[in-house]
Amino acid sequence: MTGVDVLLLALGAVAVGSAALVVATRHLVRAGLYLVVCLGAVAGMYLVLTAELVAWVQVLIYVGAVVVLLLFAVMLTRAPIGASDDLDRPGWPAALIGGGAGLGLAALLVDAYRWTAVELPEAGTAERLGAQVFGSWVLPFEVLSVLLLSALVGAIVLSRPDIGATGAAATGDRGRSR
Amino acid sequence: MRPVIPYVTAALLFGLGGYGVLRRRNAVLVLMAVELMLNAVNLILVTADTTAKAVLPHGGQVFALFVIVLAAAEIGVGLAIVLQLYRMRASVTVDEIPLAERPADEPVPVAAGPIAATGAGPIAVGPDGPHVPGDGPEGQR
Repeated sequence: MTGVDVLLLALGAVAVGSAALVVATRHLVRAGLYLVVCLGAVAGMYLVLTAELVAWVQVLIYVGAVVVLLLFAVMLTRAPIGASDDLDRPGWPAALIGGGAGLGLAALLVDAYRWTAVELPEAGTAERLGAQVFGSWVLPFEVLSVLLLSALVGAIVLSRPDIGATGAAATGDRGRSR
Repeated sequence: MRPVIPYVTAALLFGLGGYGVLRRRNAVLVLMAVELMLNAVNLILVTADTTAKAVLPHGGQVFALFVIVLAAAEIGVGLAIVLQLYRMRASVTVDEIPLAERPADEPVPVAAGPIAATGAGPIAVGPDGPHVPGDGPEGQR
């Protein structure tokens, strides 16, 4: 057990614990705040695993943007502030499937890797990752930008009720061509 | 570095996310559980990038970046759908969404306009105006 292992264990425990609270808590807003803790712990694991750029992008996009959007949605849907009792459906199938998937995958990975140790490679800095993105992965990068644009258009079309029915000819054709 | 630690963490995160997706009734909480599952996938990708030797270096981290961008797009469209659902039904409970055929006397929601209007003709377009609270200007209709 080196220092890296101890750090990874601690951050992993924090991530799994707060993720369990996200799916188990009865307060909607607290679920979002526990999600911040979980994503932050995962970003810390990225840093320990020498993935610098991914860690900072995780903090920037997930913790910064996605959680704020989720909290906006919690507020806009007029969620109750206190604990609410009707958040869960009776969940034996959920526990069975979730626990089965999680523990099954964990057993598979433990069996594959045992307690072997590997050397950490060179850090994934922005320079190295940028060379890869704009060298080997240019085409997926561009396709991803087109997908972001279509997601933007789709979100606008979905959330504007006044262009739903009257502009059906125009938006309908555009929606189908996507 | 023992790669089994982040791998097992990712597997447990994925299991918890799947449990949350199946267990929760609130659509926003379902989206949060989906975020947990996507994070588990990212953790697997980054860990595999450090443990496996590939021809192209840092491929796993590049794909983790791609998955983060996909998650951002997913959450944008997903929240637009959730807010539209709340505007139509004043509730975001996922197991109250009618998946079967709509009864004839029920008003057609505006959000289904592009598909329903082109499919069903002028019958579906007609009465949908007043059923959206806080709707925009109706004069152009």
